[in-house]
Amino acid sequence: MATPKFVGVETEYGIAVDGPREVNPVLASSLVVGAYRQAGERDVRWDHTDEHPMRDARGYEPPDPHEPVGDDELGLANTVLTNGARFYVDHAHPEYATPECSNARDLVIWDKAGERILEDAARRAAAALPDGHRVLVHKNNTDGKGAAYGTHENYLVPREVAFGRLTRQLQPFFISRLLYVGAGRLGTEFGGEDVPFQLSQRADFFEVEVGLETTLKRPLMNTRDEPHADPERYRRLHVINGDANLCEVATFLKVGTMLLVLDLIEDEALPEPPAIHRPVQAFHAISHDLTMRIPLTTEDGGKVTPLEIQWHYFEAAARYVKDQGRAAPWAQDVLDRWEALLTTAEHDPRRLSGQVDWATKLELLEQYRERHGLDFGHDRLKMVDLQYHDVRQDKGLYQRLAARGRVERLVSEAEVQAAMTTPPTDTRAWFRGECLRRFPSQVVAAGWDSLIFDTGRDALQRVPMMEPGRGTREHVGALLDSVADASELLQALSG
Amino acid sequence: MSEGGQVRKGGSSQDEVEEVEQTSTETDADAKDLLDDVDELLDEIDDVLEENAEEFVRGYVQKGGQ
Repeated sequence: MATPKFVGVETEYGIAVDGPREVNPVLASSLVVGAYRQAGERDVRWDHTDEHPMRDARGYEPPDPHEPVGDDELGLANTVLTNGARFYVDHAHPEYATPECSNARDLVIWDKAGERILEDAARRAAAALPDGHRVLVHKNNTDGKGAAYGTHENYLVPREVAFGRLTRQLQPFFISRLLYVGAGRLGTEFGGEDVPFQLSQRADFFEVEVGLETTLKRPLMNTRDEPHADPERYRRLHVINGDANLCEVATFLKVGTMLLVLDLIEDEALPEPPAIHRPVQAFHAISHDLTMRIPLTTEDGGKVTPLEIQWHYFEAAARYVKDQGRAAPWAQDVLDRWEALLTTAEHDPRRLSGQVDWATKLELLEQYRERHGLDFGHDRLKMVDLQYHDVRQDKGLYQRLAARGRVERLVSEAEVQAAMTTPPTDTRAWFRGECLRRFPSQVVAAGWDSLIFDTGRDALQRVPMMEPGRGTREHVGALLDSVADASELLQALSG
Repeated sequence: MSEGGQVRKGGSSQDEVEEVEQTSTETDADAKDLLDDVDELLDEIDDVLEENAEEFVRGYVQKGGQ
């Protein structure tokens, strides 16, 4: 029986300031993050104590000249929100990292809440600039001109699952899941190739199979070994090859299928998937081909299509859930939707418009192109491609499609609005968010696995939170209700 | 899955698929509604799309991230 999994997704948003004066993107990002605070609030510092971004899951810690120094050292805006999320500036982008979630549906809610937070923050930031400036934020992963920025999924996995096996069993999954993970884009980063439109925003930027880096020579399998939890018990699988999704079905499946596949791998219930020859090149080829039927060469000289690879994982997951005899409702929903999606893709993947981003965007591009008689290189089509990702609900094209009911929603807007300020109740994010809400003046720093309080004593007091499944409402709700301030809380915790 | 007419990999269920397509009851009126709907959508896209697309698209340059 697999251990409970937890998931969080971090997204670096694209940012542009339109107006008479040029505003550099680091400053613009800082304005956006800073603007979201309430008047009089200050940044909650990030606690870097247990952060080791250079530690490698393969067992060594090489020097890495490309990793930046800590954000706080540069004085960039950083804040931790009452919904348990981290909202800060990373690599010249505003980044929203969801709170830890216990399931795929919650992740959809808190990821969508991030879009709303960015929309609100950008509007406030523009109000702080001289007249005539607009701050535009896009939930995308590339500018189409050589720059990529990340959407990283994070999954808590028991340390005893060997990293080599994880890599081997996940690699075919990573390259074939573009069917629902891809957010789609016009063109390619590889000059000269005739690729009018491809499935993934990110695929062209991947160069190696396995590695530690995230900003250069991006690897399909990232080896960063920084669990943000008890390192003896856990590793954090840091998945960097996916796209940012606006479609809720896409986010739900991206995360939900991974949670199921990780359970399969942990319980050794996954029949060995086909090993793909030259997987990075296969990743590019799948993205550039919209059929999901491109024949890939396996290491033993056979052929397999991306769709067949997906069926391999689906069938193992369906069997696994059936053998367990019970499944969480969200897990059964993942299976049902996954099967329906693969079935539709057998007819024609383009019929997934309204469920996955690349197909939704492609349909819109084709309709718009036909109406105006444009070719695929036209700037107005590129504008459609870009504005699809605009987070403004009155201007973003995805948002307009959603308002017209042309994309399927899985969660209610009321749930999303609530998630902008309240944390999930069944992970340690609840303790983080509730402490920030109840004792705002007494929390001076927060990390994924700690909170630091200033209760007026000589020394600051650090509360470690090394178990992502503890600190839930069930676990500490009554305790928090029983204390008047953080001093009492700490007394109760140490008592 | 409760949906009829699934095609599985290597499926021999072409007949099944056609059957499903035959049972779809899209009328001319439905089709016209659908087209009107797309027209309305594209009108709206024309309204909200950034006016100076050429300049905006060319000026959209991001710093690389992770």
